[in-house]
Amino acid sequence: MQAWNNALRKGIGSLRKVSAFQWILFILMSLLAMFMLLPIVYLFNHALKPYYELFLYPPTFIARNPSFQNFIDLIVVTQSSIVPMTRYLFNSIVASLLVVVTSCLFSVLCAYPLSKHKFPGKGLIFSGIIISLMFAPEMVGIPRYFVISQLGIINTYWGHVLPLVAMPVGVFLMKQFIDQIPNELLEASKVEGAKEHMIFLKIVIPLCMPAVATTAILSFQSAWSTDETSTLFMENETMKTLPFFVNTLTNQLANNVANQGAAAAAALLLFIPNFIIFLLLQRKVITTMMHSGIK
Amino acid sequence: MSSPASGTIQQPMERPKQIAVITPFVQAIKQHWLSYLFVAPFLITFILFIVIPTLAAIGLSFTYFNAIEAPKFVGWLNYRNLLTQDMVFWKYAIPNTFKFAVIVGPLGYIAGFILAWLVSQLPARIRVIYTLALYTPSMTAGVAMAVVWLIVFSGDRLGYLNSFLLEVGIIDQAQLWTQDPKYLMNVMILVTLWGSMGVGFLALLAGIQNVDVQLYEAGKIDGIRNRLQEIWYITIPSMKPQMLFGAVMAVVGTLKAGQISVQLSGANPSPQYSGHLLINHIDDYGFIRYEMGYASTISVVLLVMTYLVSRLCWKLFGSKEE
Repeated sequence: MQAWNNALRKGIGSLRKVSAFQWILFILMSLLAMFMLLPIVYLFNHALKPYYELFLYPPTFIARNPSFQNFIDLIVVTQSSIVPMTRYLFNSIVASLLVVVTSCLFSVLCAYPLSKHKFPGKGLIFSGIIISLMFAPEMVGIPRYFVISQLGIINTYWGHVLPLVAMPVGVFLMKQFIDQIPNELLEASKVEGAKEHMIFLKIVIPLCMPAVATTAILSFQSAWSTDETSTLFMENETMKTLPFFVNTLTNQLANNVANQGAAAAAALLLFIPNFIIFLLLQRKVITTMMHSGIK
Repeated sequence: MSSPASGTIQQPMERPKQIAVITPFVQAIKQHWLSYLFVAPFLITFILFIVIPTLAAIGLSFTYFNAIEAPKFVGWLNYRNLLTQDMVFWKYAIPNTFKFAVIVGPLGYIAGFILAWLVSQLPARIRVIYTLALYTPSMTAGVAMAVVWLIVFSGDRLGYLNSFLLEVGIIDQAQLWTQDPKYLMNVMILVTLWGSMGVGFLALLAGIQNVDVQLYEAGKIDGIRNRLQEIWYITIPSMKPQMLFGAVMAVVGTLKAGQISVQLSGANPSPQYSGHLLINHIDDYGFIRYEMGYASTISVVLLVMTYLVSRLCWKLFGSKEE
């Protein structure tokens, strides 16, 4: 009881410390947050609206009779078509998982020597990465297409994965993060006879997990939501991914609500995994971003 | 040429020690094989999918290439055509990109900084909620973003915006928000700004939270009176590296945008070129007309623009290590 009272007193105390400035800020920021989230709320409601509710005027903001009909339609209606929706979903999951695993692994492998080793060419590689931060691969889509067709990975999962594996931002963030690990720690374990790969596995990887998590989020977001690889590198309909499918649904959407329920349901499928992963890992992201500066 | 370069280089970040690469190669590999082994997987994919395409774009920009016959070297012809003949480029792509980039880039960046600062002024416990609210829109990037906003901007009276404005009486008939050339650009800007609080925003937020509290106390003693002065004299100078990272992300994010016009209007080129950005111009020539050489020329121009603007940010926020 005593502890409870103390806690309560402390709680009230900290409430009192909140200044008028913070109250105003709190209200303004809440309004802004609502504005930012409003379209997402629409998306949710739209996805849950049964077909007839889409045509109500004035349009309802909250679905009156929420149902999963749109999701069921999405699966059932496309079941009979050439490529069922589940196939796009499956392709997306496989491709995204492969991208996340390989890009995290490659990034941390590359970041460690860039941060802690001395070797010829290191400066060149790092400045190459910095410069490529300023470019976007989207800008050179055409030559990328030729590289990929030369490699013979058109219409394979590799075509989805390999173009997205090299993530300069990931390497950059990890390198900045590993820079924070004191050299003494690594040298001490070297003195004790630890081999380089053991240092990497037992010290570097555990310590830079926040940066790995951040890279995982970023690579997942890019892989899960891109339709570029599907439109450019896949000719075979069965190899295309979910964003491509959603795109085909939205093409006829601009002036017509008929398909909006299905499109919203599919877009929600694109959005929710991103959201959940970020929610789980957001603390790690902020920690990583503290070291994100380009010095 | 073979004199050690380290003494003469002033900014080691910008000018790599290229001379070191030329020195006995085999020996270096033998001595540092493990480092190279670690770097190799990334480096190979990096070279294959980023470096080679970039170099190839520069190469192709000097050719006529229709993707069927072998590329024919044409010298500066593409560049000359781009600069002197391409009406769409000058009349729509450049002004549109300029308008779009000036508003979305700096404005989005400044808004990102202000919002990050405001969030960091809130009590630590509820910060997470606001961070999440501001960051969430950027997760819809790409296809999902178009769906989200097409629901709002739907062109019949069942669209949320149309029905609201009809109700209030501001408009008397439904507007085709995403197809009418009058509105498309503004809609694109709004939507992109909404989704622009991404990685750069998180970096700024972390940077602000990372500033040493003692600096603020010292600042108070030195005569800093209000929060604006605090931001200008303490916060910004001590988080310049994050400011630079955020700025570079903003520049790249802005100049590579373009899909949004196609996704909103449902067509490339967008109605009357009203949302035609440089990226759409590249796609138009590359994937619709199959003039790969010319499309590469536009890519190169865009790359150079991105690079120059990023360098400008570097001038503003880069740490001076002279």
